[in-house]
Amino acid sequence: MLKGDSGITGTFGVLSRITRGLTKTRTGLSNALRGILGQTSRLDEEALARIEEVLIQADVGATTTAKLVDLLSSKMTGAHSKTSANDLYSRIVSVLSEEITRILGENPGLLLTSGVNVILMVGVNGSGKTTTAAKLAYLLKNENRRVILAAADTFRAAAIEQLEAWGKKVGVPVIKHKEGSDPAAVIYDAVMAAKSRSVDVVVADTAGRLHTKSNLMEELKKCRRVANREVKEAPQEVLLVLDATTGQNALQQARVFKDAVGVTGVILTKLDGTAKGGVVVSVREETGLPIKFVGTGEGIEDLSPFDASAFARSLFDGV
Amino acid sequence: MAFESLSERLQGILKRLRGKGKLSPQDVEAATKEVKIALLEADVNFKVVKDFIARVKERATGAEVMESLTPAQQVIKIVHSELTALLGGVNQRLSVASRPPSVYVLMGLQGSGKTTTCAKLGRLLSRQGRRPILVAADLARPAAVKQLEVLANNLGLPSFADQTAKDPVAVSEAAVADAVKRGIDAVLIDTAGRLHIDDELMEELKALVDRVHPTERLLVVDSMMGQDAVKVAEIFADRIGIDGLIMTKLDGDARGGAALSVKAVTGVPIKFVGMGEHPDALEPFYPDRMASRILGMGDVLTLIEKAERTISEREARELERKIRENEFTLEDFLGELKRLKNMGPLDQLLGMIPGFGKIKELGSFDVGERELSRIEAIISSMTREERRKPWIIDGSRRKRIAMGSGTRIQDVNRLLRQYWEIDRMMKQFGGKKGSRKKGVFRGFPSPFGNA
Repeated sequence: MLKGDSGITGTFGVLSRITRGLTKTRTGLSNALRGILGQTSRLDEEALARIEEVLIQADVGATTTAKLVDLLSSKMTGAHSKTSANDLYSRIVSVLSEEITRILGENPGLLLTSGVNVILMVGVNGSGKTTTAAKLAYLLKNENRRVILAAADTFRAAAIEQLEAWGKKVGVPVIKHKEGSDPAAVIYDAVMAAKSRSVDVVVADTAGRLHTKSNLMEELKKCRRVANREVKEAPQEVLLVLDATTGQNALQQARVFKDAVGVTGVILTKLDGTAKGGVVVSVREETGLPIKFVGTGEGIEDLSPFDASAFARSLFDGV
Repeated sequence: MAFESLSERLQGILKRLRGKGKLSPQDVEAATKEVKIALLEADVNFKVVKDFIARVKERATGAEVMESLTPAQQVIKIVHSELTALLGGVNQRLSVASRPPSVYVLMGLQGSGKTTTCAKLGRLLSRQGRRPILVAADLARPAAVKQLEVLANNLGLPSFADQTAKDPVAVSEAAVADAVKRGIDAVLIDTAGRLHIDDELMEELKALVDRVHPTERLLVVDSMMGQDAVKVAEIFADRIGIDGLIMTKLDGDARGGAALSVKAVTGVPIKFVGMGEHPDALEPFYPDRMASRILGMGDVLTLIEKAERTISEREARELERKIRENEFTLEDFLGELKRLKNMGPLDQLLGMIPGFGKIKELGSFDVGERELSRIEAIISSMTREERRKPWIIDGSRRKRIAMGSGTRIQDVNRLLRQYWEIDRMMKQFGGKKGSRKKGVFRGFPSPFGNA
């Protein structure tokens, strides 16, 4: 930021971005912080404690929250003996969301190469990999890429049928084997098919696995190796699908999946509920993994690129 | 270390208090701050944490520091017992309808594990001699009906699954009517995952429940859930009603604070926990275990009890003497490991011992069940003399021991290294307290006898 982030200008920059069209955010703002802070116009202990609660409730986590609150109190000391309650709210939100946006960093988007790309979808059970794989295929197809889906979740009953149903909806072919077969073999076939049909992207759905199961993590490593053997740069993306309702365990998931299979980014699903997914702030800070997409519903179009500043502000919405 | 266990943190804070008679408000303040952080990191809802901390403060302030416990342990004991109480005290079973069939509706958010749990519950009930049927009323997720059908087939359970059905209420009603005819006594209805704020789907679920009059409405909750668990549970309780909770995916490393949150806000008992992908991996819920897990610490008190049961006073004294007099042999080492094994799964057990985390940090002291049998094989392949005087084990002896035990020389080396580490640590603890009589691991509740 050119003009520094401590002065009025910085605040206005963020404010104008906030006000730009987002009425939902505005109501959210007044609801949340007004309600929480009452008519306080000073950032006292009480106010800080309440802000802390807002962040905790958004699953930002105790450690990161403590850091943010410390930063807030250091940035706002002294200045505002005559601030109105309103100004105080805006200032708090802008300081915090600026910092959170900074931590979350740039969203590089998908880093695809020419030739065959392989995107591995990984994550714990029930995070939404299959649905997200389909949504991603749809999104890529709409960018005029040739896409196939690989049903490499050969474990969960009817997972293959589920992906096939999605494949029909999206209008992309699904490469599959029988239930219980080797997922790496499915990946191999999908990559081969992609080569022969000059497909751009293979989106591979994998079985959900808890990161603590080392044998299942090995299986995933094998999927990775097989893809890599057939296409030098593959897998170009390994996307960790995180459920936004997940609490602090998401951090552990990110650490372990990253170490095991070289995750390149995160997709945050189920943001259409009331959960805020604030744990991704710590995920980004600690693992450096960028958040690339968010899932916001069960429809095929409900996947959009992650926008750090909108996300940061949403943490303070309608608590 | 990513996460210090609560007990270690508390010990740090309260160390200086050893020997003090009572906990002062300041001590309690400092201790409860740590408890608060631990609970928040475990995803317990912040409102629940607030109430909880207030209660703990009240109980802990002025509490006597019992002679047998350090102040840290005293606080842990209070926190633990409050947590256990809040989690529901004792395990509660599934209710059964006075006139069969009993109808159980499984409900929850997407991906919480309803379908898998439905199958596991069916399995559990059939093993208890009941006749369950699995009903596929999730008509929203593609292939969910098929999934339930496959799971039922695999388990040899009947299912009520119509892949062309459109109305989950009608399907459920038909299934119950069918069950009456077929003499089935438990109808398990797997419903679609839905967001608590999705009006239409919540209405649909309400209609379903109104029509089938379930014996229990079971909310399935992912144990990895964060702060939002409270809101979800509250809304389900308010709009549909909940009779029981099932926590899933507890076989991972999530602390599972959500369990405490949902229990606290709904007051509904947690009936089962999902502990793995295997169909048998549905277990009754034990509040005390959950309390320990949430605290990220071992269950100190249970450990002490278990240790008391497993080791006699005389044995404890004998061991102490040996350590003091530098006679801790490989045989004793094996004996202690075996004793630990008798007390329960080793990895859990090590977690039960505050301070033992430090031993784990020493690196190679990883005692899985398999590791233990390897250690046993190695030690059994040693001569009696070698076991008593480990220092005589040279290269060629190591080679022979490895061959004899079917392990590699590296394994033998590692075992010896572990033994020396433990030996050294024990001497340290033994040495520090000099001639004082009680407690090998003074300051820790010793696994080797009640200090």
